[in-house]
Amino acid sequence: MREKELMNEADMRRGLTRIAHEIIERNQGVQELAIIGMRTRGVPLAHRLASLLESLEGHPVPVGSLDVTLYRDDLKLRGVRPRLQRTHIPIDIQGKRVILVDDVLYTGRTTRAALDALIDLGRPKCVQLAVMVDRGHRELPIRPDYVVKNVPTSVHEEVKVRIQEVDGVDQVIIMGRGVDG
Amino acid sequence: MANRISVADLTAPTETFRPHVLDLDDFSPREVEVVFEATDVMKEVLGREIKKVPALRGKTLVNLFYEASTRTRVSFELAAKNLSADVVNIAVSGSSVAKGESLLDTIRTLQALGADMIVMRHSQAGAPYLVARHVKSCVLNAGDGWHAHPSQALLDLYTMRERLGRLEGLKVVIVGDILHSRVARSNIWGLTAVGARVVLCAPPTLIPFGLGRAEYPLPEVEVEYNLDRAIEGADVVMALRIQKERHKEGLLPDLREYVRLYQIDRTRLARAKPHALLMHPGPVNEGIELAADVVTCAQSVIQEQVANGVAVRMALLYLMGGGGGGA
Repeated sequence: MREKELMNEADMRRGLTRIAHEIIERNQGVQELAIIGMRTRGVPLAHRLASLLESLEGHPVPVGSLDVTLYRDDLKLRGVRPRLQRTHIPIDIQGKRVILVDDVLYTGRTTRAALDALIDLGRPKCVQLAVMVDRGHRELPIRPDYVVKNVPTSVHEEVKVRIQEVDGVDQVIIMGRGVDG
Repeated sequence: MANRISVADLTAPTETFRPHVLDLDDFSPREVEVVFEATDVMKEVLGREIKKVPALRGKTLVNLFYEASTRTRVSFELAAKNLSADVVNIAVSGSSVAKGESLLDTIRTLQALGADMIVMRHSQAGAPYLVARHVKSCVLNAGDGWHAHPSQALLDLYTMRERLGRLEGLKVVIVGDILHSRVARSNIWGLTAVGARVVLCAPPTLIPFGLGRAEYPLPEVEVEYNLDRAIEGADVVMALRIQKERHKEGLLPDLREYVRLYQIDRTRLARAKPHALLMHPGPVNEGIELAADVVTCAQSVIQEQVANGVAVRMALLYLMGGGGGGA
């Protein structure tokens, strides 16, 4: 399968800095924010975003991580289970402006699960969605608030966001039949 | 469309797990670890204000108990409800079993009614194995005769690891009515699989006859008839209930003699390591296998065992996958 690089480390860093500014502008600062990363790769991205927000505004921003496995709508296959990871939300999200962070937005089903999980934990003032890549093909009425890169794709292609903390490199690639050179 | 969101799309790594949990005799250390990792996550769920997740929504669990039980049945019921499954409880008195229905007829009826998971307790060893061969539902053995009680052993192992940080190399002394104990048998399998050292301590009449012989269906473990010697340097002391209802052959000539020789009290517990754990699968006969003052002492983790039981059973039900033949 051929693969093609869509973003390198510098592209990703600049993109995250841009959406950090957008988040500050939209929320008029960072005072009420809580950044929550979705397992697995949303978590390191959430930490990076939080430290960018802190350095821009000089105010600490709480970070949490969310595992949505128990809220998935596809837990059907017998004998094969997605591995559970811990949810760790160190603060009360009641009344907070929650920024959910994920690497790739695709069908929207993971985001749907994350919204259900979040609402079981408290009642945020609002929830906004930040993603590294929006690749389209939504199956639910969900849209992102902050996007680093929009990538029109075919369903036969695969978009992978690689993160230093998980994969040893910062990179966004696209793989599949439709990719040339 | 629905097919596209399948295992291939899961971003998290996947685990394979067995559809039935009948005993720990074929569990690998890795499989025990898979259960523990899921249990850690379930404990976090139990710490929330809303202790309920939708993982098993639309699944039906049947608690089929041919023997009396409160804590195990309630523990499974809560575990299933915390995962949003529907629960039906069947106690044998008052069911068609009293009218002479056979075990397999009962099970086939339950399957036809849509039971995805069957949690079963039966007085005959092996009954859940027979059932597992004949149904599509997941079967979880909640105690069969003297044979096995895997979820209890897993919650015991989990509690030990949570408190002591490891299982390998621990000295675990199991004291009491080992002959009649399915809890002891499943613990022996689980503990030896993860590399703990098991010492059994009881009067000779309550030690399974033939233990240690090659053909005996349990791993070889140490036996020490003297409690003071057995408990020396132990990391865990696990007391078992004297099952008076199963004592028909006069295995104990005198209960007071048993108490004098085998009751765990403060003096005897002091021979174990300073931070050794005192465990008991419950229900406790206070004043017989345990002195009243050790039941609630600082070393006693009996209540933690009960609390961890719900989390371990949630993990098992999640991992077994809710049954029903799959997607």
